[in-house]
Amino acid sequence: MELHDVWFVLIAVLWTGYFFLEGFDFGVGILTRLLARDRAEKRVLINTIGPVWDGNEVWLLTAGGATFAAFPEWYATLFSGFYLPLLVILICLIIRGVAFEYRAKRPEESWQRNWETAIFWTSLIPAFLWGVAFGNIVRGVKIDAEFEYVGSLWDLLNPYALLGGLVTLTLFTFHGTVFTALKTVGEIRERARRLARRVGLVTAVLASAFLLWTQADKGDGTSLIALAVAVAALVAALLANRAGREGWAFALSGITIVAAVAMLFLTLFPNVMPSTLDADWSLTVTNASSSPYTLKIMTWLAVIATPVVLLYQGWTYWVFRKRIGTQHIADPVH
Amino acid sequence: MDLALAPETLARWQFGITTVYHFLFVPLTISLAALTAGLQTAWVRTGKEKYLRATKFWGKLFLINIAMGVVTGIVQEFQFGMNWSDYSRFVGDVFGAPLAFEALIAFFFESTFIGLWIFGWDRLPKKIHLACIWMVSIGTLLSAYFILAANSWMQHPVGYRINEEKGRAELTDFWLVLTQNTTLNQVFHSFSAAFLTGGAFMVGIAAFHLMRKKHIPVMRTSLRLGLVTLAVGGLFTAISGDTLGKVMYEQQPMKMAAAEALWDGEEPAPFSVFAYGDVDKGHNEVALEIPGLLSFLAHSDFESYVPGINDTNEALQEKFGPGDYKPIVPVAYWGFRWMIGFGMASFSLGLLGLWLTRKKFLLPAAHRTGEDEVPHLMLLKKPLGSRLTRLYWLLALWTMAFPLIANAWGWIFTEMGRQPWVVYGVMRTEDAVSPGVSTAEVITSMSVFTLLYAVLAVIEVRLLAKYVKAGPPELSESDLNPPTKLGGDVRDADKPMAFSY
Repeated sequence: MELHDVWFVLIAVLWTGYFFLEGFDFGVGILTRLLARDRAEKRVLINTIGPVWDGNEVWLLTAGGATFAAFPEWYATLFSGFYLPLLVILICLIIRGVAFEYRAKRPEESWQRNWETAIFWTSLIPAFLWGVAFGNIVRGVKIDAEFEYVGSLWDLLNPYALLGGLVTLTLFTFHGTVFTALKTVGEIRERARRLARRVGLVTAVLASAFLLWTQADKGDGTSLIALAVAVAALVAALLANRAGREGWAFALSGITIVAAVAMLFLTLFPNVMPSTLDADWSLTVTNASSSPYTLKIMTWLAVIATPVVLLYQGWTYWVFRKRIGTQHIADPVH
Repeated sequence: MDLALAPETLARWQFGITTVYHFLFVPLTISLAALTAGLQTAWVRTGKEKYLRATKFWGKLFLINIAMGVVTGIVQEFQFGMNWSDYSRFVGDVFGAPLAFEALIAFFFESTFIGLWIFGWDRLPKKIHLACIWMVSIGTLLSAYFILAANSWMQHPVGYRINEEKGRAELTDFWLVLTQNTTLNQVFHSFSAAFLTGGAFMVGIAAFHLMRKKHIPVMRTSLRLGLVTLAVGGLFTAISGDTLGKVMYEQQPMKMAAAEALWDGEEPAPFSVFAYGDVDKGHNEVALEIPGLLSFLAHSDFESYVPGINDTNEALQEKFGPGDYKPIVPVAYWGFRWMIGFGMASFSLGLLGLWLTRKKFLLPAAHRTGEDEVPHLMLLKKPLGSRLTRLYWLLALWTMAFPLIANAWGWIFTEMGRQPWVVYGVMRTEDAVSPGVSTAEVITSMSVFTLLYAVLAVIEVRLLAKYVKAGPPELSESDLNPPTKLGGDVRDADKPMAFSY
């Protein structure tokens, strides 16, 4: 395995980490409309991810930075090619971050409601758009001999990619629902479990369709295994949720995300961004990657820093392991 | 196509707007993180309540500020790919590495430990909670270090080779990129300026309360801390500005000639105080100068030759072929002056304040004030009258944003002074832009960012004002009895969280 293959795997790991972690906090953001009955419950939801959402988002920044360093051509083609969708995602992430931090900083109800509305939409829109983006990456887009994206915005909104968007949207919502069941106490916990059943079923249908489509289009033996794991884990997550095993349900919905992302990357390899115009114009791990020297330095960085990051991020979750209910939310800070 | 709408022009405007805006928050974040950590350390060590109240007060302002710094930073990570794809393709092998280091080391540090700090008041033992804010502070410094190393490589590319076959720059010596003198001087200069900024911010707000004789114990301490930070930060900003300037005279003589509007080389060269000229004619019409000073700034003696814009342009034409290698001279010239002027104005105010509020060792015993009294401002042997005292407080309040202006112009000068290069001597800005991104797309994104940033600025400033006016919070019982166990003590399972969103 050469270093650029290692980095293909590491980029996949970073995106997986991002979708696993921010997946549930996007889900929780969406649940502020879907599940919360009153303002107090909204605050319970927001506070389940309060200490961690920022750290979760850094997985995206790291995926971006690492792609820049390890696969400059991929970074350049992807981000300039998907310009407008990415702009929308950035705008959402800007507003979302400010919304979390500022919402409780004024007591006025209108102020807080506005930020709550912002949290809902800015969680929902990126949750959908990331699926669209990855659908297009896997499916391939119009890339010319210069590695420039030459398609239009409408080319990106094809049925396969849009289905991908619905899959991430529902899967993240499901992931957020089981996370909420695991992290809350009281009535909201019960309702989260009930909602998880319904959302889980919709997710299972959409995800199976999308992954089977992917398999039919691009799949091989290994991707089929990943597909099977993803679907099995999702079904198992539903069963665990029904049985009231909230920890298991969350772990299994996480495995669903891991396996689904793994499947997409497996079907992608050795391409990183296939061209639909000419196979020779596809970006691959070899023609898009950095020099061996840069990859070596980056590998050392990853080997040393990633375990440390996992350790202290994991520790954060442990520190804030207590369940939260409406009784734990004090009056708004003034 | 109209020149004003050339793709790189728009992309540059967008980069300028988003980056200058982002950098309004960065220096405050860097300095307030460290100052808050310092105050919290004082609380943990002495147990004096004023330090905890100060920690909470400045910590809150810090959080309001860093929230904006974080979210506007996301754009920075992606817009190289979005708007500067040819740049990214050409330099990614070199430039991407420090960005990846920044994300994996610094961003995770900042974001994780800030979550622990915000929500950790009733979940972490005192000392571990304190360690978290220090981790945030280290994260902000590391983050700045890596991105400045990346920028320094654009100013003075080292440790790379050009791979002709792949048509790109490739890294050969990462350590050199991290430790070259451009990097070290830029880091030194930016860190000092960050503390100058935070110091001025603290002094201005402390002055606001002391003028009204409110929250005196906390604001007295804050004033002192702010003044020391401002004076030390200012001193180091001046020193590092001088050393960075000397490095730039070696590495980018054009930038420095433009900074002085020195059209033709002179020996010895004067420092320009004011100049007005015609850029097309290539000389100044009005010039007020201090003889020999520029030679000193460039080479530490008052005699040596400093090349001018016209000479440097010819030298560059010989080296890189025909073309115009001049940046926009008035921007470089005035940017340089505004940077120094606004920065040093704050520094002077800090020095003055430090003298006026001096303590025991130079102050007659009769004029010393207690913990809960507003300090007398002592020019010589008598306190200033109430009018002059009020004038000092007002000056401190009104000029607290001066360093922000200085920082912004510093970056505008640094980046625009390097033009027409994006990577000095290696890649031109016009070759760096994304060829596939349309004018309409850039106009869209630029308008959206500008509008959103303007709205957020209003929200942020009003929120800051609200918390500044509210003053330091009263302490609750749980503030004074932090938990002794990780995850919080089990006193009452249904107790509300000390902090919640």
